[in-house]
Amino acid sequence: MGQQIRLEVVTPTGAKVNEDVDIVNAPGFGGDFGVLANHAPFLSTIKIGTLTYENGNKRESLMVSGGFCEVSNNKITFLVESAEKGSEINVERAMRAKERAEKRLAQAAHQAEDFNRKRAEIALQRALVRLKVAKKI
Amino acid sequence: MASLKEVKTKIAGVKKTAQITKAMNMVAAAKLRGAQEKMESFRPYTAKFNDAMSNLSGGANTNAFPLMEERAVKAVELVVVTSDRGLCGSFNANIVKLVMKKIDEYESEGKTVSLVCVGKKGHQLLKKTGKVRKSYRDIMGNFQMFNAREIATDLTQQFLGGNSDKVEIIYGAFQSVARQVPAMSSFLPVQPVEAEENAAPKISGDYIYEPSTEEIMDVLQPLYLNVVIYHAMLEVGACEHAARMTAMDNATSACKDIVANLTVVYNKARQAAVTNELMDIVGGAEALK
Repeated sequence: MGQQIRLEVVTPTGAKVNEDVDIVNAPGFGGDFGVLANHAPFLSTIKIGTLTYENGNKRESLMVSGGFCEVSNNKITFLVESAEKGSEINVERAMRAKERAEKRLAQAAHQAEDFNRKRAEIALQRALVRLKVAKKI
Repeated sequence: MASLKEVKTKIAGVKKTAQITKAMNMVAAAKLRGAQEKMESFRPYTAKFNDAMSNLSGGANTNAFPLMEERAVKAVELVVVTSDRGLCGSFNANIVKLVMKKIDEYESEGKTVSLVCVGKKGHQLLKKTGKVRKSYRDIMGNFQMFNAREIATDLTQQFLGGNSDKVEIIYGAFQSVARQVPAMSSFLPVQPVEAEENAAPKISGDYIYEPSTEEIMDVLQPLYLNVVIYHAMLEVGACEHAARMTAMDNATSACKDIVANLTVVYNKARQAAVTNELMDIVGGAEALK
């Protein structure tokens, strides 16, 4: 086995993941990126999306939303508002959130209020990613 | 002197009150443990966040970001974080007292003040001032990051829209189980985070940033504001339970004192009654002779 990198995912409710992994794929601000061992110091913001990591032949996916990640000293730290493994996601709740966001989006289409639409869009995105991650298990 | 029966009922009543306060004390203790754990698990997140913010904002030009813009202050918004429920001693009253002091201070400087209440008690105690712009009630029991996000977003909108030039949070700081003090911290404009003196030397120059530091700051600042609100709510949550624990402990011991006093009264009354009855019997017997 080659070199590994330490992955830490920290959320407001505590550390979610803390283990050595082979590769991390994350939804960066400018697109997805992958990080291997001994990556150069790096700082990027994180979008709502799927974070995957591989350890040997084990592969895990996490839904992450809003935050940033820092790579230094062969350690990658994610600071995100929420991180959920597929098994932890409440599919029903995500479905409801999706429907609600779609409805709101449809309503907002007639209005000029930019702010509400943006919020609904973000909510929809979150719900979709949740559903996607939940189905991967 | 109160009749025997009256005193007896009263003792029973006070004992029941003591039972309730005792139970509330234990419930508060259990909840305090939960709240403290929540605070504990949040700490690494804030620590990392502050690190990153101080790394980034080191050389930043404060007026380059709308959220950091220092304007001439005309309108101040105070965010008051209190508990939803009472029966926790003077905890909420102390916070409100600080709020009133601040309102007087700002108004004497000719600034207008508006209030945003998080927690029902603050709303109840402050609505008579007529300054409450918005209230978030019944969320302290079980709040999550998205509650904090909602509040922070609203405050940010107000700030960016020019309705407020300065936003401050007033909450209860949890210092220990026995000590909670009202505290104030600034919210908007965002203050550049200073690195602690003994912190590791900055290595920000060696980092690859994606996107640029400015754009990262744009994303990070709103998140930082969520963190600030969430933190205040966590502290108040812990404070509430700690304050209730102390208050209920005091109430229980006060009940015990009352029961002790009443028991003395009861025994005296009982003895007086026995003496009276004896005297009646003896008197009756004498009369029959």
